[in-house]
Amino acid sequence: MVKQKKKVRVLIGKLGLDGHDRGAKIISRALRDAGMEVVYTGLKKTPKDIARIAIEEDVNLIGISILSGAHETLLPELCQLLKENEADDIKVIAGGIIPKDDVPPLKQLGVEAVFGPGTKTEEIVQFIKTVIQ
Amino acid sequence: MNRSGKILGKSSPFKLVDEMLKGSVRALSRLITLIEDETPGSSEVLKRIYYHSGNAYVVGLTGAPGTGKSTLMDHVAIELKRQGFKIGIIAIDPSSPFTGGAFLGDRLRMTETLNEDDIYIRSMSTRGNLGGLSVATKNVIKILDAFGKDFILIETVGTGQAEVDVMKETETTIVVSVPGLGDEIQIMKAGVMEIGDIFVVNKADKNGADRLVEEIETIFRMGFRSEEWVPPIMKTVATKREGVTALVEKILNHREYLIGKGLLRTKRMNRIQQEILEMVNAKIINEIIIPIREPYIVSEKLLDDIVLRRKDPYSVTEEIVDNIIEAFQRSPKGVNQIGK
Repeated sequence: MVKQKKKVRVLIGKLGLDGHDRGAKIISRALRDAGMEVVYTGLKKTPKDIARIAIEEDVNLIGISILSGAHETLLPELCQLLKENEADDIKVIAGGIIPKDDVPPLKQLGVEAVFGPGTKTEEIVQFIKTVIQ
Repeated sequence: MNRSGKILGKSSPFKLVDEMLKGSVRALSRLITLIEDETPGSSEVLKRIYYHSGNAYVVGLTGAPGTGKSTLMDHVAIELKRQGFKIGIIAIDPSSPFTGGAFLGDRLRMTETLNEDDIYIRSMSTRGNLGGLSVATKNVIKILDAFGKDFILIETVGTGQAEVDVMKETETTIVVSVPGLGDEIQIMKAGVMEIGDIFVVNKADKNGADRLVEEIETIFRMGFRSEEWVPPIMKTVATKREGVTALVEKILNHREYLIGKGLLRTKRMNRIQQEILEMVNAKIINEIIIPIREPYIVSEKLLDDIVLRRKDPYSVTEEIVDNIIEAFQRSPKGVNQIGK
């Protein structure tokens, strides 16, 4: 009988000049309660900060909350940095205020999924469990 | 899929060890996960890594939640780096007893160290372990050591009175306190307050800091002989970076003291003895005792009898152990056949 000790590790962070972290905290709490280890970075991180933390913490997935409107610049930059550091097996998902029309280009640049307002936390938990298999 | 990133992310443990020894942070991080998850093959990895370790000096930081450990750690690391050392930080937060999940928030406070080369930070949850550290902590120390870190700083979970495991894994233990947590009677209690090589009164700009220093001083002066290391009591204001240089100086002094007196080696020998004992115990329990014990697991009927006072748990325990010993004596070689 081998005990399964593998844990899902997720980074939850805020990119750029954006002071609203309630959503990020709610998601963190939901993932914690789903048995995951959540590394919370706090506010105002640069794509470089997030990439570095994700690599050091060896997370399976990065969840970025962004409500500032800068998603088209910051998210592709993060994906690019992960690639440059040979860490693009770490998945990136985003949530917050991101217009529907912006989603397909973001996905093309490496963002795995975008979750808008009103998404149930169970849906995100389920998505993470499926995507990191 | 043939990009090196994909390969490194999923490559074999030994390849990761080679890459880690060459300085790859990604490989270092992957290895830590491997050890933490107790992935098959991790003991082979540890065997290999051990011969590359032995150079790092390990410092532990412990204290109640909210005393400023993470912030202090951030500045201590920066100061040590300024003096030319390479730093590894392990920051531990509790795991949930219900879901096993964890919210790892220590990094949030470590903003100075974030983009410093030569400083590596890893957050870990206790994964159900009591005592202030996680089971894997001692092995992660060895990986960071092999990676080439000069100092490894460990921040325990926020501690109460009894989480003293940090002193078993570290060479200098720092106990952080703040004004306003209680009177001198709390300082006299056994446990965490006994394990400090250095005491820090953080948030020293708050009322009651001087009094706390005096109280700690009075109580500790009662117990130390003069030729021994007398734990200094340092005042800091971590958020303003006050007192940090002096604290780092004391850490270095303590290291010199241990080396000068030949105590560092003794400490390390004692630690490895303890570690071997723990590993032997764990292996015996997992590989021998648990398989033997299986047939004697207490039945629901028996539990009911015990709860209703028709039997007592002490006699039942003795019966189980007697059965195991008897079975073992019958068949000392075929342990796996025992109880069948």
